[in-house]
Amino acid sequence: MKFLERMVNLDRRFIYLALVVVVALPLILKLVLPIRVSEPVREAYRSIEDLPSGSTVMVSIDYDASSEPELQPMLLSVLRHCFAKRHKVVLLGQWALGLPFGEIGLNKVSGEFNSRAQSSADSILYGRDFVNLGYRPGARALIVGLGREFRDFFSADYRGTPVDSLPLMRGVRNYNNIDLLVGLEAGQAGDEWIQFAGARYGLKIIIGGTGVIAPDMFHYLQAGQIKGLVGGLQGAAEYETLVRHHGTGVAGMVAQSTAHILILVFIVMGNIAYFVLKGRKKS
Amino acid sequence: MTHIIGTWIAAGLTLAIFSFLYRDNPAYKFAEHLYVGVSAAFAVLYTWAFDIWPMLVDPIFRSRGVTSPVDRWILLIPAIFGLLMLARWFPKAAWLSRWSISLTVGIAAGLGIIGQIQGILLPQIQGTLLPLTTINNIILVVGVITTLIYFYFSAAHKGLIRVSARIGVVFIMASFGASFGYTVMARISLLIGRLNFLINDWLHLLR
Repeated sequence: MKFLERMVNLDRRFIYLALVVVVALPLILKLVLPIRVSEPVREAYRSIEDLPSGSTVMVSIDYDASSEPELQPMLLSVLRHCFAKRHKVVLLGQWALGLPFGEIGLNKVSGEFNSRAQSSADSILYGRDFVNLGYRPGARALIVGLGREFRDFFSADYRGTPVDSLPLMRGVRNYNNIDLLVGLEAGQAGDEWIQFAGARYGLKIIIGGTGVIAPDMFHYLQAGQIKGLVGGLQGAAEYETLVRHHGTGVAGMVAQSTAHILILVFIVMGNIAYFVLKGRKKS
Repeated sequence: MTHIIGTWIAAGLTLAIFSFLYRDNPAYKFAEHLYVGVSAAFAVLYTWAFDIWPMLVDPIFRSRGVTSPVDRWILLIPAIFGLLMLARWFPKAAWLSRWSISLTVGIAAGLGIIGQIQGILLPQIQGTLLPLTTINNIILVVGVITTLIYFYFSAAHKGLIRVSARIGVVFIMASFGASFGYTVMARISLLIGRLNFLINDWLHLLR
């Protein structure tokens, strides 16, 4: 009886402590579980895989530090996949505070490829293989405007270089020159890409979303408005598995599972205690 | 060296924020205020560097990214509307800011209507017109119809409508459950991200 009463009135700080322990331990012990790849993530992977080599993939960084643990592993995996297939990457963003993450991702992944490269042809070079256009405000108006002409919004890139001086951008004027959009979304920008760039201009889109927005993306996937969906850290882990480069996504999956089990245990125990005590009070 | 200092500052601030889970304290307050201040400063800088400078100052004063005088001087119109927004600071001229607000509301409404119809309503109706040949399709079509019936308030919820609305509620609850489950996963992911940083980058326990 006392135990049940304690369960019902448990200090929530014990729950926080238990959660930190069950999340930290698998990370310290480097535990890894086999990852089963879901169909929406596999479809996202195929959308990039099936593009002819040298296609242009636009990546939109629509997140900031608060969603970085979920979306940055997706960005890294998508960039690794694109560069391995020798696709061109045009990166931009609708979240001003997120662009540094895009720059970090590009530098990290291009650096990995360049450390293995033996010639300029093998290398991943700024301006030739990828560009970072940066952030522009406007949201919906920006998305509609890019369908007409990129230069109306981006006369210079993230580093201030005129876009016409970048070899990659010479062939990119509007969505007709973009083969696929990868939207990494923590908010409404994903809906806006789908509603305006997708529906109006027919741009092929895959979405990588945080766990919060992923459920709202499934109806777009079902209706064929997006070609693939990578949802949350789990989705990131699945994509890492597909590109055979384990990162923080795969590393976090055991911690994610143990945390979920702990939450389930607390929910079940709390409910049992509540109903037993309620029944005893009645009797 | 810079990286090490940055990592220690980030780790210290992470622990300061986490300390709120125990109780409110000065370390948490300091980190919170620092975050708000730095974010605001960063946003101001970005607005200047990626908005006002390249899209207004550069084209007007340095003709960068414009091909004709019309392209250049037409930018004065949004510039004036932008400045009118600041009229809200002066009570006597505050009414002028309504013009700017009207413009932005008009554009947002126009784009919103197009987006909703062209981008959601029509494709989603098309996506629901499915042959009832698989279990998935049947569940999907029944879910859509019964949920719509639940939100149909022009007739009393009696008889068949009541039964359908009840089934609709089940689908809505399942949807809420899925959203909540994903949200829990997202929040745990953020904790994993931070602990990963503390364990890996700060304490180097994984190296």
